[in-house]
Amino acid sequence: MRTIGAGAVSASLTGAAMVAESKPGPPEKILDATDTVKLKLNINGVNYAVLVEPRWTLLFVLREAIGLTGTKEGCGRGECGACTVLIDDIPRYACMTLAVEAEGRRITTIEGLMTGEELGPVQKAFLEEDAFQCGYCTPGQVMAVEGLLRKTPEPSMDEIRTGVSGNLCRCGAYHHIFRAARKAAIRKTR
Amino acid sequence: MLPQFSYVRPETLKDTVKHLNVPGAAAHAGGTDLIGCLRDGIMQVNKVVSLNALPDLHGIRETADGGLLIGAMTTITEVSESPLVRRKYPGLAQGASEVAGPQLRNQGTIGGNLCQKPRCWYYRGEFNCLRKGGDNCYALDGEHLFHAIFGHDRICVITHPSDTAPPLVALGAKVRIIGPEGKRTIPVANLHVSPADNVRAETVRKQGEVITHIELPRPPENLRSSYRKVRARRSWDFALAGVALALEMDGDRVNKSRVVLSGAAPVPWRSQPVENAISNRRLNAETIEKAARAVVEGADPLPGNMYKLDLFKGLIEEELYTVSRELR
Repeated sequence: MRTIGAGAVSASLTGAAMVAESKPGPPEKILDATDTVKLKLNINGVNYAVLVEPRWTLLFVLREAIGLTGTKEGCGRGECGACTVLIDDIPRYACMTLAVEAEGRRITTIEGLMTGEELGPVQKAFLEEDAFQCGYCTPGQVMAVEGLLRKTPEPSMDEIRTGVSGNLCRCGAYHHIFRAARKAAIRKTR
Repeated sequence: MLPQFSYVRPETLKDTVKHLNVPGAAAHAGGTDLIGCLRDGIMQVNKVVSLNALPDLHGIRETADGGLLIGAMTTITEVSESPLVRRKYPGLAQGASEVAGPQLRNQGTIGGNLCQKPRCWYYRGEFNCLRKGGDNCYALDGEHLFHAIFGHDRICVITHPSDTAPPLVALGAKVRIIGPEGKRTIPVANLHVSPADNVRAETVRKQGEVITHIELPRPPENLRSSYRKVRARRSWDFALAGVALALEMDGDRVNKSRVVLSGAAPVPWRSQPVENAISNRRLNAETIEKAARAVVEGADPLPGNMYKLDLFKGLIEEELYTVSRELR
C-alpha cells in the first residue's frame, strides 16, 4: 500500500512496527442531504471542481457531471467490474464509491491511460490480442490490468487471473484478456 | 440513484460517536456493503458517517505481548498481504484473501467485513422479511440453497457472509468498540447475534457504537491456522461452506483446537463436536473420520440445502488430511 500522507498514522503509533498503512482521508465535511457542494476531484492529473450531492457515486460524477464516459456502468452494484477505476493507483469499483469519498485522491480512468490520441500499453495489448467482443466490460478490464501491473509489474498467470477476477466478461473473452495482460506486462517492463 | 442522505466525515472518534448516536445514522467504512444496502433500500439511513478521516483506525502493528492490533479501517487487501498477519496468523490472511474480488478487497475494511448485512436474496430483495421488520422468513419455506444448516432455530436462515470472522473467532480475536458509554472490548466470538436472541440485529453493537480495532492474542507455540472456502464459482462469491482451523499441535497430536464454520449458520459457527473429536488426539485416519462425521451433529438442514451435510463432511476430511500431510 502507499505510505505517502500517512504521517498521522505513524505519529499515532510511534515506536510500533507498521507494516501496512492506508492513507487517511481528507478532513471533516458536513453535507446536508439536499445540498450540493463544490467538490474538487483530481482525475487523470486534472483538477475538476464539480457540484455534487452526497449520494452521488464517483461513477455518476465521472460520467454525468464531468463527461468522462469511458468508465461504464454495468450492474451498478459492485459485482461486474465495468466501472473499475484506479484510486491512488489501486483498482476500485466507482459504482460503490461515493464521490465525496474520493476527494483528495488521485483518480485514474481509462481516458487517463492515453497519451493524446495514442493508446496506452494495456489498451494496445487488448487491441492486438483481440481481448474483447462487444467491448462493454473492456474499460474495466483494462483498468483492472493497469492496476495489477502498477503493483505487480511481472505477474504470474495466477496473479493475472486473480487481478481480473473482479471483472465479468459476458462475451467470455477471458483467455484473450489473460494474454493481453501478459503482453502488456512484458511491454511495460521492457 | 441512491436515496438522499446527509454526509459527515468526522476527524475524531468523539465526533464520530456523537454523529452515529442518532436513529438513521450509519457508519461508512469502505462502503462496499453500505452502498449496496442503500441502493437496495434495505436500510433506512438519513445520515452517512464516514470513518475515512480517522487516522488512528488504519494499519497493522505488533503489540508488546507479541499479538497484533489491526485498525478497523485497514483494508481486506492489506490484511491479506501483511507479512505479519501471514507469518503469525495464516488463517486470517487466507480468510481475507478469499473475500469477494480484488476491487472490493481494496476498498472493504476488516471492521466492515465483521459488520456486514446478510446476503439472503429475500433480505436483499423486495421482501419485507422478518429481519427487515416483517413477519416471515421467506427462505425457510422458499429458496434456501445457500442458507444455514445450524443455529437458525427455524427463525431466520441467513448465513453470516464474512470470511474473516471465522478465522478471527478461531484465533481468539477481540474487537475494541467505542460508543456513547465509552469503550469496551469483546471477543469476536460474542460480536454476532443469533436469530433466537435478536432477529433484527447482526452484531451486538448498540446505537452510536463503532468498532475501532481488532486485537489478536500472541499465537501459541505450534499454532497451525488456516481457512478454506468452498464456493459455487472460483471468483467473487460467498461461501457455500468454509472452515477456519486453529490447532495447537504437538507432533501429530492436536492439543487444543478451535474449529469455526462459515456458510453454516447466521453467525460464525464454532463446531464443538469437531473440536471434541480431534482435541487431545493423534490426527490419524480414525480421528479424521470421526471429525468428519461429527461436523454435522446437531445440524438442522432444510429441504433445499441437504447437500451441505456432505459438503461439510468432505471439507473437514480434506482440511484435516491436509494438516496431517504437512506433519509428515
